[in-house]
Amino acid sequence: MPSDTLIDASLSSRLRSNRIGFQTIMIKEVTRLLRIWPQTIVPPVITTTLYFIIFGKVIGSRVGEMGGVPYMQFIVPGLVMMSVINSSYQNVVSSFFSSKFQRDVEEILISPMHNAAILLGYMAGGIARAMVIGTIVLLVSLLFVDTLSIYSVPITFSVALLTATLFSIAGFINAMLARKFDDVAIVPTFVLTPLTYLGGVFYSITLLPQPWETISRFNPIVYMVSAFRSGILKDRLDPAMIDMNLGFAFAVIVLFIVGLFSLTLWMLNRGIGLRT
Amino acid sequence: MNSVKALEINNLSKTYRDGTVALRGIDLVVEEGEFFGLLGPNGAGKSTTIGIMTSLVNKTGGTIRCFGVDLDEDPARVKRQIGLVPQEFNFNQFEPPEQIVMQQAGYYGLPRSVAGQRTEKYLRKMGLWDKRATSARMLSGGMKRRLMIARALVHEPKLLILDEPTAGVDIELRRATWSLLEEINAEGTTVILTTHYLEEAESLCRRIAIIDRGRVIENTDKKSLLSKLNIETFIFDLQSAAPAGLLLGGYTHRLTDSTTLEIDVLKEHSLNAVFEMLTTQDVNVMSMRNKANRLEELFVEMVEANEGQPSDG
Repeated sequence: MPSDTLIDASLSSRLRSNRIGFQTIMIKEVTRLLRIWPQTIVPPVITTTLYFIIFGKVIGSRVGEMGGVPYMQFIVPGLVMMSVINSSYQNVVSSFFSSKFQRDVEEILISPMHNAAILLGYMAGGIARAMVIGTIVLLVSLLFVDTLSIYSVPITFSVALLTATLFSIAGFINAMLARKFDDVAIVPTFVLTPLTYLGGVFYSITLLPQPWETISRFNPIVYMVSAFRSGILKDRLDPAMIDMNLGFAFAVIVLFIVGLFSLTLWMLNRGIGLRT
Repeated sequence: MNSVKALEINNLSKTYRDGTVALRGIDLVVEEGEFFGLLGPNGAGKSTTIGIMTSLVNKTGGTIRCFGVDLDEDPARVKRQIGLVPQEFNFNQFEPPEQIVMQQAGYYGLPRSVAGQRTEKYLRKMGLWDKRATSARMLSGGMKRRLMIARALVHEPKLLILDEPTAGVDIELRRATWSLLEEINAEGTTVILTTHYLEEAESLCRRIAIIDRGRVIENTDKKSLLSKLNIETFIFDLQSAAPAGLLLGGYTHRLTDSTTLEIDVLKEHSLNAVFEMLTTQDVNVMSMRNKANRLEELFVEMVEANEGQPSDG
């Protein structure tokens, strides 16, 4: 019964094996998010719709324009980005921590999969959820704005993808370090939400007085919101209202991804939070 | 004599962060094709040893080689050769058996077509094919155990490790599991079994190691191990009440009730003499059995003896 063909140690065999392993985790994650759609897809859409109604319709009508565009149009990119950030983070942190809690993560840990393939598999689930919800939120926004043309689809799409990638990794780190369900909620509540609200979703940080404007530049979410807003509104928005240079914003996001991905791989290799 | 070692553990040690010393330099060798028993009381270090072998626990020192491959040098290749049936249920209870086993095949890099065939093969073998679409949480305890065995076999490992696979299952299922494990071993898979049921180890394992307080205190073949047992107690069920003043010269004995006789037999003594003495006194024996599992008696003896040894932890 033992199969020697599986003990093929060649590089191509290992790559193929890891590709299948990665696909297995990715399919499992996407299946999970679709299976429990009332928990994974509906709530963020409802929350963001409420933001559109309250901040866009009720308050926005009194604000008027910001940077040459209606306030509702100004906040659409920020709200989409907020849902992308929360969805990617929440998907990975809840899924991986549940696996840790139920101990079925051991199925993966005892397998010959490379740690990078494991991480990429979970990230794929987070990215998938973020892109689905981001798209739905963008479509919902069309109910509240008269027109919403996208300045550059490649910029808009790539910023959303990179942001989802970054926060999927962050969610994975949170899940690795979490020991109880409370630990899963701490970072989103006390770190992610304040950073998102202060990340230029509802305003341009250029409107802030010093030293708050300078302090805000240390908030990585500012770079993502700004880059995403540029992708949608750059041709209409007052350049003074664009918080960050697009190239610099991309560089910062990529730098964070590389840094966090390397950190997570190191943690996985050491078994931090997973092995005793 | 087969020279390939399924498993070679050298000087394996583990100290947890809280300072608990779980393993104090364990050496073990398991030959290819063996049915090997790893016994020990609770907290002896059995599960820690298995955890290190399967990369679920970080070791503090020592080396592990599986079929000649060093775990530190090529963990993926070692992992590919091992199948693990853990002590506790560690699958997603909300997923059906077919999905659980298919996913495990995927983690081991099996193409989907192969994974599908193997999943059906092992779920059928475990009698779970009809339950393949039922949520795992709806399965009985025995079915869940069989599901974990199917999952461990799907990549057809050369070494199958089972950590107390029959804990809490009824006799019928335990016997069925034994048959299955014997069958798997007969097909060429090396099996390492930890168990609290010493009857299980005596029945299945050809070699046995006993771990206590992080040390291997015995590691030999079952026959040699049992030969160390100095005394065995047999229970005789008598046809009628034993006569008053029953004489069994040289044998310590006692009546637990009028028709049940317990006799202690030293290893160098024969049971023939016992039967002769009973026959001459018109005592008819209806049945006879060991009072306790032989291995259990030896196990208790060894662990108690080890308790007197100094601990360096």
